[in-house]
Amino acid sequence: MPELLEFRNVTKTFFRRGWFTTQPGTTALNNLSLKVNESNSTILTVAGESGSGKTTLAMLLLGFITPTSGQILYRGKDINSLKGAERMIFRREVQAVFQDPFAVFNPFYHVDHLLSVPIKRFKLAHSKKEMREKMFEALSAVGLHPQDILGRFPHQLSGGQRQRINVARALLLRPKILVADEPVSMVDASLRANILEVLSSLKKDYGVTIIYITHDLTTAYHISKSIIVLYRGTVMEAGDVDTVINAPQHPYTRLLIDSIPWPDLNRRWGETEIKAEEAELGENNGGCKFLSRCPFATKKCKTPPPLYLMSDLQAASCYLFDQNAQIESERLSELLPV
Amino acid sequence: MEPVLRINNLQVTYYTDAGRARALDGVSLTLNAGEKLGLVGESGSGKSTMALAMMHMIKPPGRIEEGQVIVGDTDLTTLTKEEMLKARLEKITYIPQGAMNSLNPVMRIGAQMVDAIKAHYKSPSKAEMAEMSMDSLESVDLDRSVFKMYPHELSGGMKQRVCIAIGILLKPQVIIADEPTSALDVVTQRQVMETIDRVQETLGAAIILIGHDMGLMAQFVDKVAVMYTGRLMELSTVREMFTNPQHPYAQALISSLPSLDNKGVFQGIPGLAPALLRLPSGCAFHPRCQHTTEICTTMLPRLEQMEGGRMVACHLYTEQV
Ligand SMILES: Nc1ncnc2c1ncn2[C@@H]1O[C@H](COP(=O)(O)OP(=O)(O)OP(=O)(O)O)[C@@H](O)[C@H]1O
Ligand SMILES: Nc1ncnc2c1ncn2[C@@H]1O[C@H](COP(=O)(O)OP(=O)(O)OP(=O)(O)O)[C@@H](O)[C@H]1O
Ligand code: SF4
Ligand SMILES: [Mg+2]
Ligand SMILES: [Mg+2]
Repeated sequence: MPELLEFRNVTKTFFRRGWFTTQPGTTALNNLSLKVNESNSTILTVAGESGSGKTTLAMLLLGFITPTSGQILYRGKDINSLKGAERMIFRREVQAVFQDPFAVFNPFYHVDHLLSVPIKRFKLAHSKKEMREKMFEALSAVGLHPQDILGRFPHQLSGGQRQRINVARALLLRPKILVADEPVSMVDASLRANILEVLSSLKKDYGVTIIYITHDLTTAYHISKSIIVLYRGTVMEAGDVDTVINAPQHPYTRLLIDSIPWPDLNRRWGETEIKAEEAELGENNGGCKFLSRCPFATKKCKTPPPLYLMSDLQAASCYLFDQNAQIESERLSELLPV
Repeated sequence: MEPVLRINNLQVTYYTDAGRARALDGVSLTLNAGEKLGLVGESGSGKSTMALAMMHMIKPPGRIEEGQVIVGDTDLTTLTKEEMLKARLEKITYIPQGAMNSLNPVMRIGAQMVDAIKAHYKSPSKAEMAEMSMDSLESVDLDRSVFKMYPHELSGGMKQRVCIAIGILLKPQVIIADEPTSALDVVTQRQVMETIDRVQETLGAAIILIGHDMGLMAQFVDKVAVMYTGRLMELSTVREMFTNPQHPYAQALISSLPSLDNKGVFQGIPGLAPALLRLPSGCAFHPRCQHTTEICTTMLPRLEQMEGGRMVACHLYTEQV
């Protein structure tokens, strides 16, 4: 049986069109291979700072943009050539919750509209009454009072309320894969726990595989089984989430973990100095993407490092570990427990 | 020390079709120059409403019913529209939630900054305004060349810095930042917060940081105010809040925090935040509270000062008559 989802050496490059030239652009995702199996649902975190290519990965997976090279297969078929019924199935089975709860809402429609459209489109209810029940159920599942929320306009809701409506909307469709792009970054701590719990139970109770996209490694640690750390579109480190977060190896992962603001007064914020802001740096084509910010860089780093194994369930793309065995990037999924 | 900010009994109601929602109910607090206050609370607890009310920016169907906001020796609530317009940015500034997404995409950063200045001064020269803007950009660790750039040429962290630069153009005494880093990754967040820290030091301003990231609060603020259904539940120093919270809601909030030691435990606060239109009687937290007694269901607990100056609104700590 084919994998539910497969990324085969997927690369996405955005070209910048100037007035007179088309410049070689940003490689937002660089040669990613990944497999998701239907029988073993899991929660996989894709982490990395702003601009690391997380949303690009989500957009590719949803078929909103096409890869520059490589292929994305759903149930064995290229998602960009799906037609008719197969396309409908893909559209229903792969759902997303996005980063910015302020962006997705059309300000002129009630919340009801947002929820009823997918119900109608995928014929999930046979009567008005059933439709209403479905909406109530989904809203309650994410901790909202349906009677207060239905009938409201987006501007009458707080950021957290809107984000939960997005989760409710995805829930309605009982998807196979849910791409959650920063679903809780605008939600407060106690509700964050609730939403993460909802996501967790989606996996447990309905076998939904969740691709959890975040820069928040604390929640990643709590919710997911495995993690991929991206930097400028390239996998820096990957593996079992416990190992990667408790014992990060790649200098970039170490910086990320050191920058977590722990809710703990005795654990002060990042001691490591941050070298320059990402956006200020040019593309260092060819070498390790982290080169210009890395305190350990050597001459070797001018050619891109392969993934070196730390253990069966952890690998880092960094020459500091070049005495270890290598693993091909096509075999990334083997590092990720489900 | 004279407090730079005093809020007395601030009240805001939204007049919605379904009824009146008291989104801010009698909030009072004071803040000294150089102090950092964290304003936390569940989504919908009224944090942004409080910021908007302080700025006199509540729009219909919302209305400020009562209360004073005093910055230095100016009572903002007595100002005319024009005076208030000037006071914004000059005395008190607000960096709204999601600000970086509301930068005008087709206008250069510089033009947007100059617009903000124009609203305040009648006739500063073009060169003068450009100079002020570039100084402000520099003070948030951006290059002066950002003045000529468009929003899409900047990263999220840089855009957020631009918003801060606009906010502090006229060197206000009070800076309210509403979730300034919730859309940023941890590394950028740390850099932006370090910048805010430095800006505050230079201006000697007071800061109100609105957010729900308790980790960020622990690392950044001096005092924490916890809100629930538009009311202050507890106000204490960051140390007291994290090591020994008093209000049952604050306690629940603190214990819902993730740590590396309790993987997979999602300890949310049981029950739902009540709808503003149907607030429970007495203490609004009583249906979710583990210490509820008779009086909690009938009487609203007042915010009382406790030892060491912390404030708590809970019957557990009021002397029962
Ligand atoms: N439509 C586009 N055109 C040109 N460049 C783009 C486009 N979309 C993304 N990029 C670039 O691709 C890179 C990766 O962006 P992406 O949005 O995937 O990052 P991200 O990891 O989701 O960041 P964030 O945490 O800020 O959401 C960035 O350098 C971005 O500027
Ligand atoms: N224009 C409006 N009309 C009606 N109700 C409103 C309006 N704006 C806000 N509210 C309501 O007022 C309450 C407080 O909202 P506010 O935006 O202040 O919350 P918040 O604490 O900032 O939440 P978040 O953390 O989600 O941003 C919420 O119940 C909200 O639904
Ligand atoms: S007043 Fe009562 S119900 Fe409210 S928090 Fe205190 S103990 Fe709980
Ligand atoms: Mg993104
Ligand atoms: Mg808000």
